[in-house]
Amino acid sequence: MATSDVVVEMRNIVKQFGEFKANDDINLEVRKGEVHALLGENGAGKSTLMNVLTGLLEPTKGEIRINGEPTVIDSPDKADSLGIGMVHQHFMLIDKFSVAENIMLGNEEHKMGVIDADTTAKGILELSERYGLKVDPYAKVENISVGQQQRVEILKALYGGADILILDEPTAVLTPQEIDELMNIIRALADEGKAIILITHKLDEIKQAADRCTVIRRGKGIGTVDVADTSQQELADMMVGRSVSFTVEKGPAHPKEVILSVDHLVVQDVRGLNAVNDLSFQVRQGEILGIAGVDGNGQSELIQAITGLRNVEEGSVKINGKDVTNRTPRKITESGLSHIPEDRQKFGLVLDLNLEENLALQSYYHKPLSDNGILKYDAFANNAERLIEEYDVRTQSQKDPARSLSGGNQQKLIIAREVDRDPDLLIAAQPIRGLDVGAIEFIHKRLIEQRDNNKAVLLMSFELDEIMDVSDRIAVMYGGKIVDIVDAEKTSETELGLLMAGVSREEIERQKKEKQLEEVGNNG
Amino acid sequence: MSVIGILQLLVTSSLMYSAPLIFTAIAGAFSERSGVVNIGLEGIMVMGAFSSAIFNIMFFDTFGNSTPWIAMVFGGIVGLLFSLLHAIATINLRADHVVSGTALNLLAPGLSVFLVRVIYGRAQTGPLKRSFGITSFPILKDIPVIGKIFFTSVTPLGYLGILTGILGWFVLFKTPFGLRLRAVGEHPVAAESVGINVYMYKYAGVLISGFLGGVGGAIQAQAIVNEFGVLTVSGQGFMAMAAMIFGKWNPIGVTFAAIFFGFAQSLSRVGHYIPIIQNVPTIYLQILPYVLTIIILVAFLGKSESPKALGKPYIKSK
Amino acid sequence: MVEVKTDSLLKKLSVPLLAVLFGFLVGAIVMLVFGYNPIDAYSHMIIDVFANPYSIGEALTQATLLVFTGLAFDIANKAGFFNIGLSGQFLIGWLSTIIFALQFPDLPRIALVPLSLIAGTLGGALYAGIAGFLRAYFGTSEVIVTIMLNHTILQISNYLTNFVIGTSSRTEKVSENASLSLEWLTEVTNYSRLNIGFFIAIVAVVVYWFFMKYTTTGFEIKAVGLNPDASRYAGMSDKKNIILSMLISGGLAGLGGAINGLGTFGNLFVLGALPNEGFNGIAVALLGLGNPIGIVLSAFLFGVLNTGASFMSSRAGVPDEMAVIVTASIVFFVGAYYLVEWIFEKIGYRRAQGPHSTETEGGTEQ
Repeated sequence: MATSDVVVEMRNIVKQFGEFKANDDINLEVRKGEVHALLGENGAGKSTLMNVLTGLLEPTKGEIRINGEPTVIDSPDKADSLGIGMVHQHFMLIDKFSVAENIMLGNEEHKMGVIDADTTAKGILELSERYGLKVDPYAKVENISVGQQQRVEILKALYGGADILILDEPTAVLTPQEIDELMNIIRALADEGKAIILITHKLDEIKQAADRCTVIRRGKGIGTVDVADTSQQELADMMVGRSVSFTVEKGPAHPKEVILSVDHLVVQDVRGLNAVNDLSFQVRQGEILGIAGVDGNGQSELIQAITGLRNVEEGSVKINGKDVTNRTPRKITESGLSHIPEDRQKFGLVLDLNLEENLALQSYYHKPLSDNGILKYDAFANNAERLIEEYDVRTQSQKDPARSLSGGNQQKLIIAREVDRDPDLLIAAQPIRGLDVGAIEFIHKRLIEQRDNNKAVLLMSFELDEIMDVSDRIAVMYGGKIVDIVDAEKTSETELGLLMAGVSREEIERQKKEKQLEEVGNNG
Repeated sequence: MSVIGILQLLVTSSLMYSAPLIFTAIAGAFSERSGVVNIGLEGIMVMGAFSSAIFNIMFFDTFGNSTPWIAMVFGGIVGLLFSLLHAIATINLRADHVVSGTALNLLAPGLSVFLVRVIYGRAQTGPLKRSFGITSFPILKDIPVIGKIFFTSVTPLGYLGILTGILGWFVLFKTPFGLRLRAVGEHPVAAESVGINVYMYKYAGVLISGFLGGVGGAIQAQAIVNEFGVLTVSGQGFMAMAAMIFGKWNPIGVTFAAIFFGFAQSLSRVGHYIPIIQNVPTIYLQILPYVLTIIILVAFLGKSESPKALGKPYIKSK
Repeated sequence: MVEVKTDSLLKKLSVPLLAVLFGFLVGAIVMLVFGYNPIDAYSHMIIDVFANPYSIGEALTQATLLVFTGLAFDIANKAGFFNIGLSGQFLIGWLSTIIFALQFPDLPRIALVPLSLIAGTLGGALYAGIAGFLRAYFGTSEVIVTIMLNHTILQISNYLTNFVIGTSSRTEKVSENASLSLEWLTEVTNYSRLNIGFFIAIVAVVVYWFFMKYTTTGFEIKAVGLNPDASRYAGMSDKKNIILSMLISGGLAGLGGAINGLGTFGNLFVLGALPNEGFNGIAVALLGLGNPIGIVLSAFLFGVLNTGASFMSSRAGVPDEMAVIVTASIVFFVGAYYLVEWIFEKIGYRRAQGPHSTETEGGTEQ
């Protein structure tokens, strides 16, 4: 390919925050009409690099060339004028505005000072037909689906005249069907001559849609490869820097008595819609039940309802045979529950309290940490010293605020506190989100250890790999219901993917049969 | 008193008492739509009242009958300058908006009465040279019944307030400027990502608020109290905040709410002329706006009504 | 939650110290602009207070009240609640105490004094409790509710004083049996209004310190204020703690008002505006960085300022509103603490910024 086709060149980019180099000498070259994947683990520096390209961050060192011209991108405006558009992972949309208002924002059509939404709407419709991005320009953003909101983000970039389109983890919130549609859109855009940068850590998406892939590891550029010539395993090795074993070692489960029993549960979300809809399951001693599903299918609400953080509308929750439906979180906790919450900074920790206090958060009110309502700070210190040692929490001092810890160590702090209470039931929601490989291993080992100690474990995760590696049984949630519960040993990624997309068991069996027939037919 | 006479009394006094509230409540809407809580409206009103009163007394000889109008604009400008403190503190210095607003509310009476003492050697200015009078609108006043109630011997300020409300609504909801200002109050990161200068729009919101709040104070001094002292503005700024919430941060709604509060205030003052309520102790009418605000806040308004990023500091990246 | 985020003790203390310095500087600049001599004015304002026992007594009387409103603001603030209604709670405390004392003038002193104070405390607690309850159960902004309650009680208090419990804008003085004055204290301070309230304030500070530091309830209030979600997750009741902290807050402010009623004035009169002690309490608590000792020190500072203001006007000819200007400026600079951080950065105490915080601020959290 001719060098004139290179639209983006980032050379030797360094971005330093204090002592920390988020980007350390990274090179990136993107051509016209290609889908270029940017692969790296969470925290590897992908977003930082893209923020440099879109003018949100100034690079400490390095050079950027756009269409061959050395350029300083010192503001989002500048990036915009160079035709660089970004589709953010967390949508940059204003809920109360209409689609058209969101798209025109910053670049408003107006007639004599009055906003002209109709002209914008017309432009939006033209674009949406050209690229197959259907959306109603007059709808309010808060009233459209997540998938549609993403289309609005893409349209916003295209409407601004973007030729270089950056998509930051675009599939995180989508169903498999929506992902397929998105991949088609991305291909269509590239075929129209747009340059697409696809930020992701999902290997299958890269294989599906990307032409080339640049890998970043801990802030450093590892290299650029042609996707067609590289296997998923090779990409994974480049990403994490050592051969990754995708499986966690564990023996067979020995389930015994039922610990958690959820019966015909109905729970509403913040909008008052049924997020969990007539759902039942059980978890037994000595097993790990995984809850799989795409984000937004009621998993979070389910966990919150079980742990007392959200109201149960109908149905019941029993722990150890005791009805704990709609009891306070403390009552439920005291019935034998420990909970590693989904959002560790929001729910799991009080970031401005120190480690000792955070480790005492669930047990400060009884002996030995307090006596008749009077706190015993010596006991706080001893408790913390023991747990920090036992769970390998890396900190300078146990008097430091929890805020000062890294994400992985914050999570270890929570796990130390929760597991140490020796619960009958451990609920872990998204326990490895945003953590590095080392921390992930540590946490998964602890979960399996709990199981082997005859505890019941409920694991909720949006990461299929994690669910498949750690669980003994897998419950798949779709639209607030459990569509099926499968044996982790006997299922496959394909089967789970279909279930997660809402395809029924019967349909899957029918498809399987058809496939077998087809194969038979082909062979014959 | 005849029915028309009573209505006329009610309308004129309601328009009078609501005028400062309308301007100040719209002021609040502009600030909060840009994401800055402006609890300092009371202090801004004090500064507007103070400066317009001084201007009125000092420059009457120069400007004659138009003095109160020019003094009103002057009050607005002083209010704007005073609100600059709030803007710097909340936008650049990341101060808690309520703390900064409280500082403004403490500072304004101290500073203004200090200056009044410096200039006049006492705590009040004494009567102003020329207050806003009342007018009858030509043509409109001749409409039967309505003309007599609404357009004869009334303050034009109430109507100016209503026009300002409509203009404010137009600016916030129909112009690119308003769209951006609201975007900054809802989701500043999104606004910045499309190249909008977040700080600039927040400044615009706060400074417009300062100007309109200063005008509100100037009206309070020149149309209602007719002097300046420490009690010239006593709670009107807070009542305007209540009107802003009632009106759901929409200048037109806010204007209606302010008129309603003006009506309630005027009832407590002219109520003894009105047969039905003349035996109701004035205390009920005096506390009505405050109690009603609490009730409405609890009963009808969810949290979601206020701008999403209200009161949150925005820190630019880089 | 208003919180001053700083690193080391040095930096921590630098915020209030510099705020006080800047506050006085602003006052000095205003004085210079209008042709006064700030050094002369400040020396009268501060040194003259210490020149005789009477004014020391008066300053301590002021400081006593500010300790109560300062603690009151602080506990609500620790629970994540901005109690701007201190003035109203102070006033209702004053009102309830006077009503009670006037109602039972013949009770023996040993009963009438504590019962009247309890009446004031309860009045303040329940009044603030309204805002706490509404916030806990309806999510209603406590800032707006307490502002509205402030103006409501001001009107009610004035109405009652005019027409119900008093005549011609004031009530009678309460009986001797309700007085808080102590003969020896009055004599030592040359007939100032310093009274038993001073000792009640000292006890309140110690109890408050112990409560917040060493009790499980104090721990819960702190945790709820810092992170209500995590506290709920950990089994604490955010509703209970919000209401409780607001009851305590209002009770403290009400007790301050009660002591003002029985100790400083002995009656209630029509007020043109809300009592300043409420708003100054916010200043005291913010300047004291939520530390009981800090609150005592800043209450004393403001007590001296308010008392010295009259010396400044009588002896240096500077209007006594200068004290208000200095107070307001101090609040402003405590609020704008980032200014101090910024100054520290400029002079080389630059803190290495963690990558995490910066990325979050840029909206690129992963």
